[in-house]
Amino acid sequence: MLIIESLSKTFNPGSINEKLALDNITLSLQPGEFLSIIGGNGAGKSTLLNCISGVYPIDQGRIILDSKDISYRPEYQRSRYIGRVFQDPMLGTAFDMSIEENLAIAYARGKTRGLKPGIRKSEAKLFREHLARLELGLEDRMKQKVGLLSGGQRQALTLLMATIVEPRLLLLDEHTAALDPAIAQRVLQLTREIVSRYHLTTIMVTHNMKAALEYGNRTIMMHDGRIILDLQGAEREEMTVEKLVQLFGLKSGAELDNDRLLLI
Amino acid sequence: MSFLAFQGSVELGIIYAIMALGVFISFRTLNMPDLTVDGSFVLGAAVSATLCSGGHPLVGLALAFAAGCLAGSVTALLHTKLNIQPLLSGILVMLGLYSINLRVMDGRANIPLLNKATVFSLLQGTPLEESATLLIPSIILLSMLILLFLFLKTQFGFVLRATGDNDQMVRALGVNTDLVILIGLALSNGLVALSGSLIAQYQSFADISMGIGMVIIGLASVIIGEVIFGTTPLLRRLVAVILGAMLYRLVIALALELGMAPTDLKLISALIVTLALSMPSIKAYLIFWKKKHSSPYNRKEAGPDADN
Repeated sequence: MLIIESLSKTFNPGSINEKLALDNITLSLQPGEFLSIIGGNGAGKSTLLNCISGVYPIDQGRIILDSKDISYRPEYQRSRYIGRVFQDPMLGTAFDMSIEENLAIAYARGKTRGLKPGIRKSEAKLFREHLARLELGLEDRMKQKVGLLSGGQRQALTLLMATIVEPRLLLLDEHTAALDPAIAQRVLQLTREIVSRYHLTTIMVTHNMKAALEYGNRTIMMHDGRIILDLQGAEREEMTVEKLVQLFGLKSGAELDNDRLLLI
Repeated sequence: MSFLAFQGSVELGIIYAIMALGVFISFRTLNMPDLTVDGSFVLGAAVSATLCSGGHPLVGLALAFAAGCLAGSVTALLHTKLNIQPLLSGILVMLGLYSINLRVMDGRANIPLLNKATVFSLLQGTPLEESATLLIPSIILLSMLILLFLFLKTQFGFVLRATGDNDQMVRALGVNTDLVILIGLALSNGLVALSGSLIAQYQSFADISMGIGMVIIGLASVIIGEVIFGTTPLLRRLVAVILGAMLYRLVIALALELGMAPTDLKLISALIVTLALSMPSIKAYLIFWKKKHSSPYNRKEAGPDADN
């Protein structure tokens, strides 16, 4: 499904700010696998997602999606197969356009966008059904501008937009980190529902260790641009947050003192 | 204001409204103030004047539009492929166009079109001859309005509008935003050049300096129109831009009527746009000032120190 081979990425090479963000990462995902990634700040989690989606050019290695080498494809071409939700709720939607217009743009993913009407009646009906499943009341506000929505509503909408045309790979970059706990919980629930409905191959970056273990069926831990722990199957079933913290110290040789890495 | 002066400024307003629609595309839908406009307006005028002198005036309009598209494309490529800031890309193309425009005008700074065939003289001898200067620009403006409105409602139009809002999202949904910006800026400058070509035929000359401050006039039209006539829904917004352009012309005509020197017009334009752009901040200051002075904690008699 997704194969990443010896992927490396250095920011600001040759300067005093040089930073090795990804250090020879090798990782492969089976179809339908739901991977959560944890790690402190600067571990390389977001960089990994951004390299997969084509935001950053890679320095070394290759990325293969569905047996196609996408390492050097531009971002917009990869986006035909990859759905994304960002950490910042502002980044996933066009604020000055209505909910249905946003969905219409997402619904044309992978198709040539020509001079056909932006929204057809049948499409509007489909959007309404999808929105109703979010249970946020957005189906009655389809003509309203997205700028009027709360952060949580926007993230739920972005999640819907990322998956309304079934992606081959779904990338979630701390998509609940900027939300308050109640709505974050709801968005995580929706994530689980949508991922399991379409059996989406998914990578979710999170700061929340509990969520990382609770959601998905495989967890990796990153530190200094490397994968230091890969948990799946029974080993993952028995894992607790406490044991994970201990393992982190053991594997990375560093104390887990990062404020942003949530333990609960 | 005499009726003749009024009619004149309405006609000019209609022609400039085509330019304002072009500026709307770059400034509002792409969120990119595009200074190419000052050059592409003259480019349109130059192409159309040249074709009026030797060719057909209608071909002049069409080629002017195409030339404008080309100019806009260059700005877009400078920005998207060479990563030059949008403002600077526009300035660079505007500067280059000055020389190109002179080339198009065969090295002359001014091409008079007296006694030359223009789109307006096409109706000579028909019953519509009298109203040609009103009718022809109106027909062109109306068709541009309808086409633009329909275009912005297509799948591609959606993407164009979204690119100005949030280009990262548009890329994440599988769209090449470089291409979107290219087409957007091309159309924008195409409309601007079309407007310039009509102006040249309307006033019977093309001049190398006729584009100075044109982008500001376009911005003024967009902002004034939106503030006075509203922004939702989309059709209303487009009509508002058109009315803004006409209103701007009327204000200028009125200012001239009141005895202002024509040479001061650019300053007035600059002031109008400054005022329009600063509206939100001025409003915020006023609200803050009002709150500060109506706050009960601020009044001496009601404050916590009132007893002392």
